[in-house]
Amino acid sequence: MFKTADLAYTYDGSFEGMLCCVFESYTWKETPLAIHSDTAEVGLLLESKWIETDPAKAERVLSSIPKRISPQAEELVRLGFYSNTPDKELLLLQFLQLGFAHGRKVMNMLADDTVNALNKAVQLVRREGHHYLGFLRFSVYGPVMAAVIEPQHYILPVIQDHFCDRFHGESFMIYDKTHRAALIHEPGREAIVTLEEWTPPEPDEDEEHYRRLWSSFYDAIGIKQRRNDRLRSSLMPKKYWKHLPEMKEGTSAKTGRLTPGKAVAKLEGGED
Amino acid sequence: MNLMEKLEILTESAKYDVACTSSGSSRSGQPGGMGNTVSMGICHSFASDGRCISLLKVLMTNGCVYDCAYCVNRKSNPTRRAAFTPQEIADITMQFYRRNYIEGLFLSSGIMRNPDYTTEQLIAALELLRNDYKFGGYIHVKAIPGADDALLSRLGLLADRMSVNIELPSQGSLEKLAPDKSKQSILQPMGLIKERINENRYDVVKYNHAPRFAPAGQSTQMIVGATPDTDQRIITLTEGLYKKYGLKRVFFSAYTPVVEHSLLPALDTKPPLLREHRLYQADWLLRFYGFQASELLDEKAPNFNPLLDPKCSWAVNHREQFPVEINRAPYEMLLRVPGIGVRSAQRIVKARRAGSLDFQALKKLGVVLKRAQFFITCRGRMLEGLKVGEHTLLRSLMSGPELAQFQGPQVEQLSLFDDAELSPLPAAAALPAAALETAITAEGAAFDV
Ligand code: SF4
Repeated sequence: MFKTADLAYTYDGSFEGMLCCVFESYTWKETPLAIHSDTAEVGLLLESKWIETDPAKAERVLSSIPKRISPQAEELVRLGFYSNTPDKELLLLQFLQLGFAHGRKVMNMLADDTVNALNKAVQLVRREGHHYLGFLRFSVYGPVMAAVIEPQHYILPVIQDHFCDRFHGESFMIYDKTHRAALIHEPGREAIVTLEEWTPPEPDEDEEHYRRLWSSFYDAIGIKQRRNDRLRSSLMPKKYWKHLPEMKEGTSAKTGRLTPGKAVAKLEGGED
Repeated sequence: MNLMEKLEILTESAKYDVACTSSGSSRSGQPGGMGNTVSMGICHSFASDGRCISLLKVLMTNGCVYDCAYCVNRKSNPTRRAAFTPQEIADITMQFYRRNYIEGLFLSSGIMRNPDYTTEQLIAALELLRNDYKFGGYIHVKAIPGADDALLSRLGLLADRMSVNIELPSQGSLEKLAPDKSKQSILQPMGLIKERINENRYDVVKYNHAPRFAPAGQSTQMIVGATPDTDQRIITLTEGLYKKYGLKRVFFSAYTPVVEHSLLPALDTKPPLLREHRLYQADWLLRFYGFQASELLDEKAPNFNPLLDPKCSWAVNHREQFPVEINRAPYEMLLRVPGIGVRSAQRIVKARRAGSLDFQALKKLGVVLKRAQFFITCRGRMLEGLKVGEHTLLRSLMSGPELAQFQGPQVEQLSLFDDAELSPLPAAAALPAAALETAITAEGAAFDV
């Protein structure tokens, strides 16, 4: 029912903008060869059509997802949009085309390539989000706290509720250096804003003291006779180490080699 | 002694307790307080041994009036002693929690003076946290065997999870190695906690604001490899604990020699990590896969096969129940297929509603075909080109990467374990455990029971 159009859509990179691309595709019954945000650097091989973001159109697409497919499909679309999968927009468009054609049944079509690819992408977003619930570290600067993260996926909205609930009485900021955005919270108010640059201040003595205490706890809790660098690196990938005080150089047991090979399931912990 | 030294000593002496999970409790932040709990639990770091760090796991003191042979903190062991005050515990917990280092606290203690006094100290620390600091994060606390019922009941109202460690899987082992404890003194508080949890469930329904008693339930730990107890003994006991005491988790701790003792393995014995791993796999089979302990081991084969995981072992011994048809088999049977886990079984059940599945589809659903292929059909057919010789079967089921996790001599031994040794296996039989054990001589000490 959709013909392939020999062109690309370009949009402003927002969630609403992406939904407008879906609207456009339905208007012309066409599937573009690619959908790019205007911030992405792409070769200009294809003729491209600029899609204007129109909140009314976006809302029409968005509200039809839970109605015509299912509420879980809406969550899948949102999380899929946070993913850094290349061509995620096209993937989302194809998923919605399937969804609007098959209704809620699409959620069971796990062996379909599009549904499978979207589920895999969302799984990565969820996993990274879950990792950051644990691997994020606040520094305390007097009355405020701040953390820096460098996620691959845009996970601030995924971790927002958790931290705002846990530290609801605190003023804090979580700075996403990759996506140049910050979650800012003070009692009763929270928002995700864009923030081009932010360098954390030098830690004061109190902060240094607790980082050191934590590092010595970390060193003391490992059982030497069971040392297993490979298992550690697979459960806590190196990309997280940069912002973990316990993994900073200078203390012992930090030189985990990264050896290839899959780890077995966690021996314990985490899941019940 | 400064705080740093205390923390080091009291962490060092707590680290052999393996439980560090923060799961099973779900509570949102309360006004005026700090902290919440998340039912699936969160790991905040992983230690150099690859174990999850979720909680600040420390002892109140490592001084102890008891003399359990396997324990670093035993009275007769000349080691540095330290003690936290309740205030120090509460402060470190809050400071670590606020920085998102931890999900909460796991507090245990050596026995100071007597069990009641010790329990009072634990209560003092937890009351500071819960009442003064309004701490809403996770708390796991050890119930001290022999403490007064009323004290244990107070303790449970402050904690998310309680545990009493069985440590040694049989009465005989306990008598020999933990002269101050008995099966009775351990099971008694376990029974009490179970009762309180049950009563509380009723109270919470009846009165909306009734305080919760250990909402994340209770757990226990057993030491593996310190005594001649078999895997069968351990896993049967585990099953009994889940059924009788409603435990949430049973943890296994590969014995790491910490003290010289004539009744214990020598100080240079390696902790039997592979054995511990097999026990955890079996534990998962009991909790999530619908297996009974009696299906996994019996008198004839009382220990797990080091080279095959318990589910593969079972499947190889029950070939008459296979192959199963992916598009029709009930969920319970899918779970019994090697290479199909809980998640992929759930996905299969979901996906086959939308259309019949072939082998390609199974790959996308996360099924490990390398293992599953011998046990399944799709639309009535086995995987095309599949050779089902005994040899290929066992080769595929033994998992190299998994065994490689347990670095050290075992792995080197494994590479010696070549085709020549595999071929004479009798058809349709399990790997003869005895033959395999010789292939893993380094583990011999742990397995020759
Ligand atoms: S009572 Fe506990 S701390 Fe004391 S010696 Fe026995 S196991 Fe160790």
